[in-house]
Amino acid sequence: MAETAPLICRDIHKTFDQLEVLKGISLETRKGDVISLIGSSGSGKSTFLRCINMLETPTSGDIIVHGDPIRFKHNRKGQRVPADNRQVERMRARLSMVFQSFNLWSHMTVLENIIEAPINVLKVPKKEAIERAEAYLNKVGIYERKDYYPAQMSGGQQQRAAIARALAMEPEVMLFDEPTSALDPELVGEVLKVMQSLAEEGRTMIVVTHEMAFARDVSTQVLFLHQGVIEEQGSPEKVFDHPESERMQQFLAPKF
Amino acid sequence: MFDLKGYGPALAEGAVVTIELAFLSLALALTLGLLGASAKLSGNRVLIGVATIYTTLIRGVPDLVMMLLFYYGGQVAVNALSDYLWETREIDFFFQFDPFISGVVTIGLIFGAYMTETFRGAFLAVDAGQIEAAKAYGFSRWHTFRRVMIPQMLRHALPGIGNNWQVLLKTTALVSIIGLTDMVRVAEEAAKAERMPFHFFIPVAAVYLLLTAGSELFIKWLDKRANVGVVRGN
Repeated sequence: MAETAPLICRDIHKTFDQLEVLKGISLETRKGDVISLIGSSGSGKSTFLRCINMLETPTSGDIIVHGDPIRFKHNRKGQRVPADNRQVERMRARLSMVFQSFNLWSHMTVLENIIEAPINVLKVPKKEAIERAEAYLNKVGIYERKDYYPAQMSGGQQQRAAIARALAMEPEVMLFDEPTSALDPELVGEVLKVMQSLAEEGRTMIVVTHEMAFARDVSTQVLFLHQGVIEEQGSPEKVFDHPESERMQQFLAPKF
Repeated sequence: MFDLKGYGPALAEGAVVTIELAFLSLALALTLGLLGASAKLSGNRVLIGVATIYTTLIRGVPDLVMMLLFYYGGQVAVNALSDYLWETREIDFFFQFDPFISGVVTIGLIFGAYMTETFRGAFLAVDAGQIEAAKAYGFSRWHTFRRVMIPQMLRHALPGIGNNWQVLLKTTALVSIIGLTDMVRVAEEAAKAERMPFHFFIPVAAVYLLLTAGSELFIKWLDKRANVGVVRGN
């Protein structure tokens, strides 16, 4: 029997008012895949990532997490909404997200940030949650900052704490939304290094990124989005070295 | 100098009444404020409408007029409810709508309206990313509200709550008009009887000052606690 895919997205469309941002995007992950979503600003890559965990509700299309399709209904205004909010909450708990601006809860210490969801959402006993959190803090190299508040740390440390928070959910898939775009250039490396080590461990990751070197070296699959459609897709070698689409060639061309 | 001519114990009792009145009103005002702000931000047109009527009405009518309305109107309402319950269900239900209850209800309602605006602004000031992170980690709406929105909102709301509380504390003096024997009422009677207004009103003023000054320190302490982990630009 084939292993169930951690995540399948089928023909995702998203329209804001009149503007169609996503025009049918599909994606299938296997366990251990690292999928990079690249493309210029406004190509829809972040919107697509946000549709995966339903921070945006797709206008049409299916999302299937480990064989379990999200159920939708239409509300009185005719908008498509989730049929069962509990199902969405359960699904989100299996797909943890790392945000561009970290979004660590600023009134909690690093440790509290990391144990909050495992304890209250996954119902992990507190002691176990703390052990888990400490192990992941060690892994991302900021164990000694566990009692700091987010505002007392550098951007790179905050993002590593946010990655530890994501790991503590032991998720099916990790979603990264431009995790290094808000960082000072000298802090980008420490975050990318952590992400690379996660990829090497075989974690399933979907990464929206502008870091082409990361996409090329770490991904198993690269998706190039342009104006809401996938223009180019395949292994990093294929997408970066032998792109078929003109857009991808332009995107890769030296800018100055 | 501080011979209170035998009115000391009565004044002290009055001060206790004032404090009880203030705290109960505050509890009601905070509850109404949270409900009102949640309603205004709910996106539900009916709830928004109800909350808007509430704040508009309350903030547009003088406190004293409202207090008189509730004092006289409140008893009429209790009587009507009592008659109705007795006639239809044979339930024996009655209570005296006394000045104290009128005071708590009126002051609670008035400051609930102000708190509604304070909380509404504070909720809006919470960074959207904080709420989004909660959603993305599978929090239910209630869990998000309790664990993220309330603590973050309080940081923004505390200065406003502090202000409202100080005004509320002073507004309790109005209740003496509908006959509650609070500190002000006792002082007024004593001042009339002894023909010594300053002798009795200055201690009352001092007690109010003490309460407001003490509250200010307490609010400052709360503010410091709530803002733990916030780095302020100087």
